[in-house]
Amino acid sequence: MINTEYTLAKNSKGIKTWEFLKQEFKPKGKLLTPFNIISLPIMLLGLVLIIIRFWKGIGSITNLTQEVPWGLWIGFDVVTGVAFAGGAYVVTFMVYIMNLKKYESIVRVTVLNGFLAYVFYAGALLLDLGRPWNVINPIIGNSFGTSSVLFLVAWHFLLYMIAQLIEFSPAIAEWLGKKRAHKILSRMTIAAVIFGITLSTLHQSGLGALYLMAKDKIHPLWYSEFIPIMFFVSSIFAGLSMVIFEGSISFKVFSDQISEKAHQKHKGIIVGLTKICAVTMFAYFFLQVLVFVHSQNWHLLSTPMGFWFLIELLGFVFLPMLLFIYSYKNNSPLMAKIAAIVTMVGIIINRLNITVIGFRWDAVSHYYPSWMEIVVTLAVIFTELWIFRWIINRMPVLRESPLWAKENK
Amino acid sequence: MNVNRRSFFQMLGITGLTFALGKKTKANPNNSSRIDFKGILYDSTRCVGCQSCEFACAEANNLPEPTDSPEAGKFRKLSEFNRCIVNCYNTSKGEVYVKKQCMHCNEPACDAACLTQAMNKTKEGPVIWRGNKCMGCRYCMVSCPFDIPKFEYHSANPKIQKCDMCFSRISEGGIPACAENCPAEAIVFGTRRELLKEARKRIVETPDLYYDHIYGEHEAGGTGLLYLSPVPFQELGFKTTLQNSSYPELSKGFLYSVPSIFVLWPAILIGLREATKNNHLKNHEND
Repeated sequence: MINTEYTLAKNSKGIKTWEFLKQEFKPKGKLLTPFNIISLPIMLLGLVLIIIRFWKGIGSITNLTQEVPWGLWIGFDVVTGVAFAGGAYVVTFMVYIMNLKKYESIVRVTVLNGFLAYVFYAGALLLDLGRPWNVINPIIGNSFGTSSVLFLVAWHFLLYMIAQLIEFSPAIAEWLGKKRAHKILSRMTIAAVIFGITLSTLHQSGLGALYLMAKDKIHPLWYSEFIPIMFFVSSIFAGLSMVIFEGSISFKVFSDQISEKAHQKHKGIIVGLTKICAVTMFAYFFLQVLVFVHSQNWHLLSTPMGFWFLIELLGFVFLPMLLFIYSYKNNSPLMAKIAAIVTMVGIIINRLNITVIGFRWDAVSHYYPSWMEIVVTLAVIFTELWIFRWIINRMPVLRESPLWAKENK
Repeated sequence: MNVNRRSFFQMLGITGLTFALGKKTKANPNNSSRIDFKGILYDSTRCVGCQSCEFACAEANNLPEPTDSPEAGKFRKLSEFNRCIVNCYNTSKGEVYVKKQCMHCNEPACDAACLTQAMNKTKEGPVIWRGNKCMGCRYCMVSCPFDIPKFEYHSANPKIQKCDMCFSRISEGGIPACAENCPAEAIVFGTRRELLKEARKRIVETPDLYYDHIYGEHEAGGTGLLYLSPVPFQELGFKTTLQNSSYPELSKGFLYSVPSIFVLWPAILIGLREATKNNHLKNHEND
């Protein structure tokens, strides 16, 4: 509420935009919070490690081997991070395509989360590139490797980031008090949403398709020609679980920005999302069982990897599915949060099983991420959270849009 | 009116002809220049493990000279410091030497994987790596079924190291350094078609000497490197479970589905949006 008045006051006084920006770039709130105390040293250490990486080569801080050339940075940051960012396309689909206006209040924060996830986790990809100065090659068109799945994924990342920025841009216009820009940008939303959903379908599955050619390297329990479909279906409930998880934290941390009415609405939103999660998880579970039966790998179940496969499928897909159903039947947001966390752990396990744990599971020397790879990953996540907090505290994401913006539509 | 109709038919005719002829002209050059990849036939019954190929390869590619030699039971690995390596295996027919390097697949997975075309199957046959295009993503390493490309992890300007069949020497009419320097004539350079004929001839003429299989004839859709061996290939550390169709085939289905999704999805989404517009009103009543 305070900020709405602030925007109005600014307009009437006619402060110039850059002066306003200068004010906004100053930190707001206390500096010595527990979150800051934990995250700052890790971010600084991460920065040092990144400098070492560009100076001495990727091998100086990672444990990557000639057999396992993609490790934690790809398997977790990119492949898992993008699955969690899937909430943005699912929620925009519900609100703008299916016209379920009930979920409108979570669109902005979800799109912002998705956008930042793509910028940072796909951005982390640059750290993993041995020759990052050539990254423009597949974009400017002097060498298009159009037969490559990675070419498709790279382009889709880029285009989807632009689509998400357009979807989020009305919030930026409201923050800056630009009425004309707000009107134009708001009109572009639907086109961006339709384009964005199409891109998401293709690159969520494309991330799985990347591994299709590694047929002999991935453990047979996780490899099938249906990896792309599995990745797409699981990105739906992975994204929504992230929305439930992130929403429950945001509503505590930024509670000053959220009206009493929105608080009550949120309960209904979470329970509504659990239904979608449960249904898609059932479809996913069913697909997994179908693929398993067809692949005739029964004999592998008695091996340690087979046991691990069963834990993933029963403990982290089937169980949270039941929890989601329970949450929906009993109208329990708490159970939804628990189910969301279990689901997210399951997605991490699944993506790592394909990209790292089950990749060259038969190799003589196994790959384990070095502590430095983990620190860099944490530094990337913390930086993203810092930017997220900066934006939430300034732009109308969780709080209501200013009055003029509502009339502007 | 008459003229119009006539010109209309004329146009129709010309368009039809262009379509018919256009196709023909497009197909013609493909037929006349039938692909005849260059390749290498390696006969492990002849190899004596002298490492001449390793030394010649290191010299030709500015790599450090090998410091160890093949011994039975010891497995020497390909790394970023070499492009070919000779190993010795204890087999049912005694010690056998085998040289390992890039297989130069007919349809390489690395070439299909590369999003900048840095990995490139040349029309001459060798699969080469081009540093000015490569962005170091290592997807070629993930995709290669033979685990061939090696990455310089400890360099700020890392390169991918792998055999390029001495592409620059071949372009100047020469032959690969290893083939030129093999004293036992275990390495023969030529067109893949000739080499296959030669390999079959050797098996037919001395069936007692050879195991009846040419590794690389069908593996991974056919490779530019062809191997002859006295023993079954799994005894020599070869991957014998690889599929006989090419590896790019595996992701073809996904790539083919992309255009149809790009056309169908937006249409379906717009349709759904129009169909559910009433939801909006209904929700308002409930509020």
